Amino acid sequence: MTAHPFQDVAIVGVYNTVQAKRLPDHDAESIALEGAIGALEDAGIAPSEVDGVVGQFAAEAIVELAMGARTRRPNMLGIPALLDAAALITTRQCSVVLLAAGGASMYTDRTATAPWTRPANEFVAGYGLFTAAEFALMARRHMIDHGTTPEQLATVAATIRNNGHDNPEAVHFGRGPFTVRDVLDSRMVAEPFHLLDCAITSEGGCGIVLASAERASQNNGAVWILGAGSDCLGPSYTFAPVWDFRPRDDEDPAGRVGARAARSAFRAAGLTADDVNVAELYDPFSFEIIRQLEVFGFCNEGEGGSFVEEGNIAPRGSIPVTTDGGTMSYSHPGIAAQQLQRVIRGVEQLRGTCATHQVEGAEVVICSNGGSGALFTDVVLLGKHRP
Amino acid sequence: MTMLEPQPAGIPAPRPSVRAMPYWEGCRAGELRYQRCASCGYIGPRPFTVCGRCGSNDVSWERSLGKGRLYSWTIVWRPQHPSFVVPYSPAVIEMDEGYWMMSAMVGCTTDDLVAGMRVTVEFHEVSDEITLPYFRPASEH
Repeated sequence: MTAHPFQDVAIVGVYNTVQAKRLPDHDAESIALEGAIGALEDAGIAPSEVDGVVGQFAAEAIVELAMGARTRRPNMLGIPALLDAAALITTRQCSVVLLAAGGASMYTDRTATAPWTRPANEFVAGYGLFTAAEFALMARRHMIDHGTTPEQLATVAATIRNNGHDNPEAVHFGRGPFTVRDVLDSRMVAEPFHLLDCAITSEGGCGIVLASAERASQNNGAVWILGAGSDCLGPSYTFAPVWDFRPRDDEDPAGRVGARAARSAFRAAGLTADDVNVAELYDPFSFEIIRQLEVFGFCNEGEGGSFVEEGNIAPRGSIPVTTDGGTMSYSHPGIAAQQLQRVIRGVEQLRGTCATHQVEGAEVVICSNGGSGALFTDVVLLGKHRP
Repeated sequence: MTMLEPQPAGIPAPRPSVRAMPYWEGCRAGELRYQRCASCGYIGPRPFTVCGRCGSNDVSWERSLGKGRLYSWTIVWRPQHPSFVVPYSPAVIEMDEGYWMMSAMVGCTTDDLVAGMRVTVEFHEVSDEITLPYFRPASEH
């Protein structure tokens, strides 16, 4: 089988800025730029050597880093932006691509939920929907169909929050440790989600540098893209999030968004879920981890709840999940940054440089973005070695 | 156990789009409308001008009987905006005509909600322009 073109692309630089509840001296653009500069330093690559920039502030980074004329691709998302960057390299438009994101000074009115959680579509606005409620509608349906319990959801939240409790770089470092009971006793936000089942909000930036295999051969910390996929069933938060929504009878329902993306990623990599050592899964709400474990093939459909209850996602379990604390504890700066941070943590796991919860000998990591309530899920498989 | 009520005037009201105007006109007239492809019967999840299944332009607005089953719901205790009174219960209704719609449950308590329960539409005015369809438990089963 011919190698997938993505396998000619390496991630050679990653960086997270300081993450905090508030970064009063920054806006989204300035903190994203700090992420970009840090990632270039990590890669040992000068801005002048970058020939393409991807992301929300691509044009701004080009001028701020005094690059001159460069290839630009605006992309507000996480893994899809990473794959746009990789495609610039596989199609030989660029050999070094910079990707950065950040969020700051966006959530100021604390009487309402964060602005990015409540887009004003005509069919949802009047019912007071926001991301927690949209995702709750998907979680409830899984509970109805499979008997998934609040305790199982809370197991996910406690596990990931404890990873963040241990991580000195997490916004919620030292806030725990958390038990399942602590999660269930936290105030209700949108049933079945308690406060501790939900992502936090915070501020911060990050950056990633990708390079061609040829360019990456000069880099010690290179990590390889083994395969990837992206699933989207329509615009988020504009129509009812229905688990069984299935525009084509022969395709996966909306509740299993990401199944096709994962199949594509594993096919390109020539691997299965059994080959994965760490799962840096996107965790906007506790239930989404249970769903992704099923959809990505770590357990059977309907068995995600018992899978997490058996301890499989714990730091020394069969598949450690979201080892830095994720969006529930590490950071959630708004739109794209926390999605790219799953990839950054995946790279750090493969480099073996995680200060906390390093999975010894990790060679393959799955990273994900999105979630069923938002009708999209993106997947990338990273490897320590080029296939 | 708390009674679920329609939201008061003053919530961030929907801004009707051009394509959904017949839906909002229907609501003002106490009539729940949905779009169905006259050619193949497809009902999309949002307003459409061309049928995504068969390509027909013959997509008409039809009147729903306003009855269905409770497919999924949540009970919100932290409002997305302070003008919303909690608790409220966003819900997905599986309509008898064969489509799903986003709404909210009223006219019952938070403890009354059961998956698959029969529900029926009722309308509540938010402003001169906007009347919202809500659902309450149906008396028949």
